[in-house]
This record gives sequence, structure tokens and C-alpha cells, in this order.
Amino acid sequence: MQAALMVPCYIDMFYPRVGIATLELLERLGVDVVYPKEQTCCGQPMANSGCYEEARATEEHCARVFGSFDCVVTPSGSCTHHIRNKFTAGTDSREKQNLVRNTYDLVEFLHDVLKIREFPWATFEHKVALHTSCSAIRGLNMASMSERVHDPVFSKPRTLLSGVPGIEFVEFERVDECCGFGGTFAVTEEAVSAKMGYDKLAFMQKGASPDCIVSSDMSCLVHLQGCARRQKQDIPFYHLAEVLNGVSL
Amino acid sequence: MSRPVEQAKNAETFLADTVHEERLDKLLWAARMRRDAAARQVPEWEELRTLASEIKEHTLSNLSDYLTQFEARATANGVTVHWARDAHEHNQIVHDILAEQEINLLIKSKSMLTEECDLRPFLERRGIRVTETDLGERIQQLDNQPPAHITGPAIHKTNHDVAILFSQKYGSDPNNEDIAYLAGVMRENTRPDILAARAGMTGANFVVAETGAIVVATNEGNADLAANTPELHICSVGIEKIIPTMESLAVFIRLLARSATGDTITQYTSTFRGPRKGAAMHVILVDNGRSARLGMKRFWHSLKCIRCAACMNTCPVYRRSGGLSYGSTYTGPIGIITMPTFEIRKYSVLPFSSTLNGSCTNVCPVKIDIHEQIYGWREVMEENGQIQVVKKEAMRVADKVLSHPALYQVATATLSTALEVLPHFAVYNRLNVWGKHRDLPQAGTETFHEWYRTHRPKTNEEVGQA
Repeated sequence: MQAALMVPCYIDMFYPRVGIATLELLERLGVDVVYPKEQTCCGQPMANSGCYEEARATEEHCARVFGSFDCVVTPSGSCTHHIRNKFTAGTDSREKQNLVRNTYDLVEFLHDVLKIREFPWATFEHKVALHTSCSAIRGLNMASMSERVHDPVFSKPRTLLSGVPGIEFVEFERVDECCGFGGTFAVTEEAVSAKMGYDKLAFMQKGASPDCIVSSDMSCLVHLQGCARRQKQDIPFYHLAEVLNGVSL
Repeated sequence: MSRPVEQAKNAETFLADTVHEERLDKLLWAARMRRDAAARQVPEWEELRTLASEIKEHTLSNLSDYLTQFEARATANGVTVHWARDAHEHNQIVHDILAEQEINLLIKSKSMLTEECDLRPFLERRGIRVTETDLGERIQQLDNQPPAHITGPAIHKTNHDVAILFSQKYGSDPNNEDIAYLAGVMRENTRPDILAARAGMTGANFVVAETGAIVVATNEGNADLAANTPELHICSVGIEKIIPTMESLAVFIRLLARSATGDTITQYTSTFRGPRKGAAMHVILVDNGRSARLGMKRFWHSLKCIRCAACMNTCPVYRRSGGLSYGSTYTGPIGIITMPTFEIRKYSVLPFSSTLNGSCTNVCPVKIDIHEQIYGWREVMEENGQIQVVKKEAMRVADKVLSHPALYQVATATLSTALEVLPHFAVYNRLNVWGKHRDLPQAGTETFHEWYRTHRPKTNEEVGQA
């Protein structure tokens, strides 16, 4: 099947290795991956700040670039959440409707569309602290929410990673509490944001020692890694795509 | 017009004192955990939430009918019912009732509405002394601070803080931080007022249209003292607190304490239907912006709130900021979506004091879409020109760069220019804000885009050329 690859702007600039891992993983699974070179950004940074007027042209551009594909895959829960649930700044068009309907986070695409459960090429004999973003959990329903106490417990990212031979998970408190990134919140509310990041790292490492921290959202990891490095912690951070594609620690 | 409350700055001050921040976070998270455990004991929890939400939506959609029904029933029960358009009218009504009987001491149980109306200073300026009888609220009154939390007004204070405060105000032992001792000090100093006052005031958690009753839930029993000790009981209540029947009350009672503290019910749930023999009872129904909010298509659902504070307890930002940082009567997530309806400029920054993580929406017992409303209020701030010029301009530049692939690719082609662009489109602020407590991301030597051009030279050349 054909899928267009959407590489979020911050991954394009700061974490090209995540884009590469996503591309290689999809290719390995036999997906005919198209990378539209005119792509830039989904408009979330502006829209999330209330500046929907300033998100308009970017959203419209995104819809033009991706609007003709039957399937768009991006390794970002927050971009997927924006496109699926918040894509209201641009004028309505057939392309926009297509994009809203056809965009998948990489986890959803692997878990729900391709239904892949085994990643035998990706041995990873390490203890992982898995972080799932609020956009992915409460925006895309990719994992159960701790507040909804009667819902069955599940996690699509964890199910996928469980298909990697050798992987172990570290359990920690407040597993779905926000890490404090929150887009522009990270700078508008810098002190609280950083404290939330420090707390998240502390919970992950309280009474356990994960070898690395993994998430399907790189934006949370930019923030958490920034907090960890400031605390002189050299624990590695990986996007889920890298682990599924067979990264070695 | 007031200057915007700088919640982020206030939060930074609160955070600098790790003792208070860590304690608040721990206490409130424990409340959230107790809430989860209590909800787990009720298999039909989600159905109850839906039912409560529907009852509130129904009642709010037929508000005038239920309010007039309440007025008729309450009047028949011997209650004097007043209507107040706004805070000033409310305060004036209370004052008139007290002045008519030359009352100069009023005892009060906790009421967010009277905080909203600034009743205490209004009465004090007119020579009427007011004594709060809720322990936390009394602590806040003595410290000249507003409540920091809906159900725990002084939850941000440590035992030590209270011991010091009481020693200054009451001459008690500053070194005795024992809870029972401190509660005893408060009791000894408040009881004389409770016995002497000729008027007592309460709020109400619910107002029942069917019976004309008001319902007050407390853990300290102080509302019962305020309502039953003096011969005059004044109850102030917002018009959104009305519910149709005693039967529907059961739904809310099952949700309220479980959501707030994880208890199955509050220690006292008292229903007041009319004055005692020889006593008088007044109910003041207060609008103060509520009917205007009811007309707001995106935000009227916020009127469903039953003031349990579950949204505050779960909010990771609130727990690390402290309630006072919001500079408002209602704080935390519910404060963010209600305060701008009172004064848009003053509370224009509050909608940005959130990560939009959505936990508040999930715990809300009446299913208010809190985080969606926070997002909506950000757009309203944009529409009302409340977003800082520098931020708007940065966003405008970002939109220009991000809607033009050629500009984007030039801007992101090298690390150095990427770092110049990043603040514009991702953080709009100077990078040193990001870097205060965090390291910067280490960018690679090439973007994904450049990597792709080198490594997949023959693929999809013509695709996506919009």
C-alpha cells in the first residue's frame, strides 16, 4: 500500500534520525512510501497558541501537499491530534477533508492499519521507560486513561514495543501525568514546565533504572531530554520508530 | 481595566519554595488517587457522570422555569427569596437585611460565591464584622488571602505556616504544629462569635426546585452552626446551582465527595427547607454574569460545575503553581475557563497556563469539556486582541515561513539558521527561556529533508509539488 510520510518540522530539523527510522521501518514493512518535498508543518504551534489566523496559510499549505493521499503517516501523536481534531484554521476544501480523515500517527498505522505485532529484526535487550504523550492518550485514544478507572487497560505503543525481542518495561508512578512540554507552554510557563519534566524523570527512575526513555512523541522527549541533560543525566532517549526499526543502544 | 494576572511568574515564585510545592503536589495527587479508588467502587461511575451532565444541561436549558418554581416553593415554605443581578446588588441585599436589624457581626460558612462578590470587604467597610467558620477559610481570612482551592482554601499552607499565623493572631504557641491543637485554637476563638452572632450565612451546593430546599455539604459541620445558631440565616447561591428534584440530588451527592476527596459522602449533607420556628431565612439567587455565560455557545457548559475541585487536584500545572498564582476567585482548570467571563483582560493569560493534557476533563463529575474550553478561550483571546503583539508577530512570521516550502527549506538548511527560526515558530520567545532549566536539543548536521534528497535521489521526484 502507498502512504505519504509527514515528517514534523521539529523532527526534520532536530531529529532527522527519527524521520529516517520511520521511513526505513515503513519500507521494511513493504509500504510504498512517498515523501512530499514541499511539506513544512501542520500549523499546530500557532493554532495551539490561539493564533488561528496565523495558522491558516500553513494549514492550507499542509492540506494542499497531503490532501490527495489515501493515507498519511506521521511519527507524532500531537501533529496527528492537531490534524484530526483541531484542523480548523484553514478554509474548508476536499483536500483538507481527505487529510483530516486519512492521517495516522505511526503507532496507529502499525497497530490498527497494518496490524503488525512482531518486530523480529529489532532485538533490544534493554529496560525501557515508556512515555506516551497526552495528545496520544487523551486526544487519539492510543492508550487507556488513568482517570477512566473502569476502562480496560491498554497501550498501543506498548503492544508494538512488546513485539521487539528482549525488551523490558520499567513501571513507574503517575504514568500518564503530563511531562510538561505542552507546546508553547514550555516557554510561556517555563518554570512549571521544567518542574514537571524533572518530576517525570524522577518517577521513571524511582526504584528502577531504565536503560533508556522511549516515546512515540519526540516533542515530549525534546523537553525531557533537555531536563535530563541539565541534571547531568546521560540516559538515552529514543523515538518508538527507532526501537521498532532496530536501533542499538 | 486591570493588568493581566501573571500566573507563570507567580507560579515561578511558588516553585522557588520547594517545601510548599512538593507538599501541595503530594496532597492533591493523593486526593486524585483517592478519587480514582472511590470511582472504582462504583461500577456505574461513567453512567453517573453522564446522568449528572444531562441533568445539569437540562436544568440550565430550562433555567427560568426551575428558578421560578424554586421561588414559589421556597416562598411557600416561609423563605424570603431575593434576586441579585450582580455582585453589588447581592452585597447590598445582604447589607440591607443585616442593617435593618442592626446586626454588626455575621458568621459565615465557606461560599465561593461570596468570594466572587467580595462580600466581606463590602460589609466590613460598612461596620459589619464577618467571621469565617470553615477552618481553611478562617485561616485565609486571618492571613488576608483569598481561598487558594475551592474545597481546601488553605491547602497550600503547612502546619508550620498555620502555627505561626495563629500565634500572631491569637497568641497561641508558635511551636506547636499539632493539628488537633491548632484546630482547638481556632475553635476556642471562633465559638464565641458563633454564639454571639445574630446572623449566619451559608452558600449552597444545590438548590432543589421541586421542594424549595437548599443543600449544603461540609465536613466540619460549620454550615450547620452558621445556619442554625443565630435566628437569621442568609443563603447566597448562584442561579446555576439549581437542580430539578430530590431524586436528582442523589446523583450529585454520589459524585461530589467521591470526586473531591474520595470519601463516599461529606460528613454533613444538610437540607434547609425553611426557617426554624421564630427564625428567618433568606435565599439570594445571584446571576453575576451567569446568564451571559449561558449565552456563550462554546462555554455555557462550564455552568454545570458542582465545585468539587477534582480538576484542580489532577491538574499538573495547578499542583506545581499553587492556587494563589491564578490571582482569581476560581483557580485551576475551572478558573481558567470561568474567570475570563468576569474580566477578559485581567484573566487573558490564564488560558495559556495549561498544557491541554485533558486530565481535568476526564475527572470532571459533570463532564465539562474543560481542556477543550481552555483551547477555545485561547482563540477568544486572539479575537479580542489579548495576545501580546510580539507573540502575534512571531506567529505571523512562522506562518509565512511554514506556508512557503522554499523559505522553510532555506531557513532550516543549517543548524545555525534553524536555531534562529526555532524561537519564531516553535517557541516565539528567546531561546534562553527554554534554556533556563533545560538544555537545547542538539541538531544534526543535516535536516531529514536534506538526508532524503541524498539517500532517495530517484524516488518520488514529482510527488507533492503543489
